[in-house]
Amino acid sequence: MLALKAENISKQYRLGQVGTGTISHDLNRFWHKVRGKEDPYLQIGDANDRATKGDSEYVWSLRDINFEIEQGDAVGIIGRNGAGKSTLLKLLSKVTKPTTGKIYTNGRIASLLEVGTGFHPEMTGRENVFLNGAILGMTRKEIARKFDEIVDFSGVERYIDTPVKRYSSGMYVRLAFAVAAHLESEILIVDEVLAVGDADFQKKCLGKMGDVTKGEGRTILFVSHNMAAVETLCNKGIYLKNGLIQFEGGIKKTIEDYLIPTVQEFQTNSKKICEDIDYLHSDLTIDSIKLNDSDSSYHTLDRGDNSLKFTISGNLKESKKLAFGLTLYDSLHHTKLAICSPGHLSGTVKKFEKGNFTFEETVLLPKNITKGTFKVDISLHEPNIEVFMIVNNNITIKTESIISATGLEFEYDNNGFLILDYGINR
Amino acid sequence: MSEPQQKWTETIEDSHSLFDLKLKEVWRYKDLVYMFVKRDFVAGFKQTILGPLWFFINPILTTFVFLIVFSKIANLSTDGAPPLLFYLAGVTLWNYFSSSLTGTSYTFAGNAGIFGKVYFPRLVTPISIVLSNLMRFGVQMLLFIIIWAYYLSKGEVNPNWWILATPFLIVLMALFALGVGMIFSALTTKYKDLNMLLGFGVSLYMYATPVIYPSSSLTGIFKTLSYYNPLTGVFECFKYAWMGVGSFSVTMLGISTIIILILLAIGTVIFNKVEKTFMDTV
Repeated sequence: MLALKAENISKQYRLGQVGTGTISHDLNRFWHKVRGKEDPYLQIGDANDRATKGDSEYVWSLRDINFEIEQGDAVGIIGRNGAGKSTLLKLLSKVTKPTTGKIYTNGRIASLLEVGTGFHPEMTGRENVFLNGAILGMTRKEIARKFDEIVDFSGVERYIDTPVKRYSSGMYVRLAFAVAAHLESEILIVDEVLAVGDADFQKKCLGKMGDVTKGEGRTILFVSHNMAAVETLCNKGIYLKNGLIQFEGGIKKTIEDYLIPTVQEFQTNSKKICEDIDYLHSDLTIDSIKLNDSDSSYHTLDRGDNSLKFTISGNLKESKKLAFGLTLYDSLHHTKLAICSPGHLSGTVKKFEKGNFTFEETVLLPKNITKGTFKVDISLHEPNIEVFMIVNNNITIKTESIISATGLEFEYDNNGFLILDYGINR
Repeated sequence: MSEPQQKWTETIEDSHSLFDLKLKEVWRYKDLVYMFVKRDFVAGFKQTILGPLWFFINPILTTFVFLIVFSKIANLSTDGAPPLLFYLAGVTLWNYFSSSLTGTSYTFAGNAGIFGKVYFPRLVTPISIVLSNLMRFGVQMLLFIIIWAYYLSKGEVNPNWWILATPFLIVLMALFALGVGMIFSALTTKYKDLNMLLGFGVSLYMYATPVIYPSSSLTGIFKTLSYYNPLTGVFECFKYAWMGVGSFSVTMLGISTIIILILLAIGTVIFNKVEKTFMDTV
């Protein structure tokens, strides 16, 4: 059973200021409508890319969005700033109507685009619970029945009869979220509202929202930039980019699609490794960092190719002992998979004289690595003495796996990092 | 086993009927109306010492100023009614109308913060504004009745059965404020020009309404014009009912009622049209 279905929804916005210039467009639009013609300004409009300079005064914040959401799903909506996430939530929560298209819903929708909407600073916590609850669509009876539960969840019982203007901002948010969390609706829409509140309370909120989907079978739409929260809470995902759906599917895949550079980015080689160095010791400068003779931070390894040759050149103000370090992470940079630290392992470190230097090290990935996308952190250091350079979460590599006898490829997501050997006497 | 039939409880669309007011939905949100009225009432007097007494102080002071300026200095007629009572009646009614009108006119502009974050039938807001002003009016009306009773005991006023029409007059005034207020609130979401007009317009409108003078003192073209001011009928009927003065006729009230209902219809339609998209332009 579907809880929600969006059919070709679009939302157009006009840029710039409202003034005398707008009225001529309004009149023209009205004139077209009187004659039964289509709105002339719906034909034009740029895609929603905030960084580029467009010609049109109109932009499509969302364009022809179609999706279906099953009852009981928790859907994470992700994307960069200005991708249309909040616009989508606004349309779903009926704050504003779509320019074109239809949204079908099944069940009561409660939206939480902000916590504490309508809280009046002069009124007490108790009064505000009732006011806010009513604004969110609860009846007084419902609120009265859940009042103790709400206060208990918020943990501000002691202050409940004090005007909320005396509350700390954290207490305010706690009370506000507690009201919202006790809404009885089939569909819950939550914008990034958990950014406030302490870690303890954030955890409690996520837990509560988790209960809502898992225990009560309600549908949640959740917008957040906190990928860890999205991943734990949601089972499905929608990735919006420039007002279009870029990817839709399981939450893990969606997050990867969002975080991992696209094929295009892999090809365009626009970003160099040495452009994003996290730490550099004052005694050295870096001119270039190359991976297999390319300075791009995206690198694809062909099947059977398992060597990563790093060439780092720069200038030393003093003579230094340099060793290389590498850490391999999964695509989300969450899990450490492997390290390579020749300096620590062998105990021998090469000494470089003052002046220009070129440092070379080749790291060999296991032949039996699976197919996937990985993040690589590198560093230059003198083991146990000093760190000279750190480059974190910048280099991305794509690997191919060996193809098995059955023609199957082993993928990291399904099979893990390594394909283990077998048999004793081989 | 077959899939259960897919059903939809609601459709959000780009287009909708202008006359679909969703009054049923407004009714479902009646608790919100109650909470808004309560908020206005409670929050207005937080951290004041005199509290609701301010309800009385405002009309009393205004009445005394009117008494001095219009009765003692300007020597305007009150049709033989006790001046104090005459002005108090005018002030009480006018306060209700003007505060309801200004309140509803700022529905969108003043609540953009809430409207932008959560959906509820927008009609709830103007309705609650009119109602919370009604509460205040009720209290002030009490003051009027006390003073009226004093004059009645002295035999200085001659009320009649039209007193029973008072609730109707009040509803009429509320609907008028609601209708015009909704028109203003809707039109000012995109172009704020009308806000400028409203600011001084309301205070000027008071002089076009028989608040401080009886309409019997009007002659010629002004008398005819005053017939088309919906408030003339309301004010004259009120004064006639409670004090037995003024030039009241049923036709007058009839014209008022028709004009008010037309304005209310226009107001609701415009309001209904704007509420869906005002967030984009406000």
